[in-house]
Amino acid sequence: MARSLFKGQLKLWLGGGFVLAVVLMAIFADWIAPYDPYRQNLLMRLKPPAWMEGGSTRHLLGTDNYGRDLLSRLIYGARISLLVGVSSMVLSCTIGLVAGIFAGYKGGRCEQVIMRLADAHMAFPDILLAIVMVAAMGGGAFNLILVLGISRWMIYARVIFGLTRSIKQRPFVEAAASYGAKDVYITFRHILPQLVPVLTVLAALQVAQMILQETALSFLGLGVPPPAATWGNILAEGRDRLFVAPWIANAAGLAIILLVLSVNLFGNGLRERFDPRMRQAA
Amino acid sequence: MLRTIAHRLTLAPLTLLLVSFVTFIILRVTGNPVDIYLDINRTPEQVAALTERLHLDKPLLVQYLIYLRDLVQGDFGQSLQYGGPAIDAVITSIGPTLRLLSAALLLAVTLGTVAGLVAAVYRDRFPDAVLSALAVAGQSMPSFWLGILLIQLFALKMQWLPTSGSGGFKYLILPALTLSAVLLPNFMLVTRTAVLDLMNEQFVATARAKGLSRIRILLTHILPNAANPLLSFLGIQIGTLMGGSIITESIFGWPGIGRLMISAVSNRDAPVVLATVFLVSITIILANLVVDVLHSIIDPRIRH
Repeated sequence: MARSLFKGQLKLWLGGGFVLAVVLMAIFADWIAPYDPYRQNLLMRLKPPAWMEGGSTRHLLGTDNYGRDLLSRLIYGARISLLVGVSSMVLSCTIGLVAGIFAGYKGGRCEQVIMRLADAHMAFPDILLAIVMVAAMGGGAFNLILVLGISRWMIYARVIFGLTRSIKQRPFVEAAASYGAKDVYITFRHILPQLVPVLTVLAALQVAQMILQETALSFLGLGVPPPAATWGNILAEGRDRLFVAPWIANAAGLAIILLVLSVNLFGNGLRERFDPRMRQAA
Repeated sequence: MLRTIAHRLTLAPLTLLLVSFVTFIILRVTGNPVDIYLDINRTPEQVAALTERLHLDKPLLVQYLIYLRDLVQGDFGQSLQYGGPAIDAVITSIGPTLRLLSAALLLAVTLGTVAGLVAAVYRDRFPDAVLSALAVAGQSMPSFWLGILLIQLFALKMQWLPTSGSGGFKYLILPALTLSAVLLPNFMLVTRTAVLDLMNEQFVATARAKGLSRIRILLTHILPNAANPLLSFLGIQIGTLMGGSIITESIFGWPGIGRLMISAVSNRDAPVVLATVFLVSITIILANLVVDVLHSIIDPRIRH
């Protein structure tokens, strides 16, 4: 028991610590980044990282095809990945929460319509919907947030729906209803607080998925258009120079997997803390 | 069982209707086809002809109904990039995508089953720890980077396999590996959980009491019973796999539906985009139907 508790804590601290570091890095990019991420220097094109032959400590991670400093581009790129990841999570969480509570609390036809819609949406690959929407609306951070937010609402809706329906049948909700509490009051006072732990875990894990989706779309050329420094863009540029400058793609790929892995660790750590059943099983 | 299938079959046209409506509206509302189809030097006659052909002067709902009527007849409109009917371009790319999908599925299912079994048997011991850690890392691995790493290792460094394109079996290996990784970690974890659950069942205890070997119990008692939850999992994941195929195809220049779709999107070739989305939806619906039928074949309890 004590050991598993520690394990959960370790995941939380390790994952959370790295995420926090990336967040701070993104916020203070202006001070941390050694160069302007957009300044081109054609004399310094495709310089390898410091530890490789021909590299220098002036550009720790090397430079890209236009002589832009890779480290600076990665630091600034964290801004867009985090911004899009977190904002689209908030959007899809809000839509899913409202839809799920509505379907679970009202039941009947309301439930039928919302949950069938969620089922239909679930079967449809979310990246496909995202591609079609980006194709129609164009790229850019704002559109990405909108697209990704809409493409994942049903994951929250299904979980919240099940929970709400079971909470609704619990005695304290029935008691509240019997002394005349309004639906809105019951929702905010009695149901919503019960949903918070599950929602927190789900949201944390979904941020990782959103970051992956954002980088995937950028990689396909459907994200924030270049020259914006995003991790997906850097990776896509790196793919085109894989033969001469593999470090570009690898630095971006490593950044993505480290961030996603730590968000996942953090989310799993949260789950083990919140869910007593999981804590015993672990 | 028949009722489930009948239910799905009635739901299928509804889903398709919804998909066609949403994609049609999204693509029509956001861009004026006249600007997309004709260049700046267009003459008023050309504009008039196009308006006539696409019924652009009619209300949007009427346009959609006309579009639906054509769609039922298999007419998705003319492709802007290729000239011919949009459906032709889509049909020629089905083959490569299906080949890629089935190879990836085969890889993920065999490797995932074996890894899941091993992890369950050695629960909480070294092999389980390694495999489970790999699975968690795999869940965080973006498939586009995995593909790029595989290209660097096997195509650029070792020069065993081609970097991209299509042709013989050699061209299939890296894309199939990349795509299978979308499914593999989760498939392994689901197998592990399913097998662990079954190990506590009474019939397993009985088999053990009869003195059957562990491997025999695993293969003849546990695995067949784990097939059903695994099949359900696959049914849910088909959409994810199709989505992963879009990315994999564009990494490796694989001439399938995904690459066609991306190129159609960047060239604003709306008829082809609509046709690909439609086809992918049909594939997902059919695949889920197959999963339902397989369910009843594997588990006689469902049939009754």
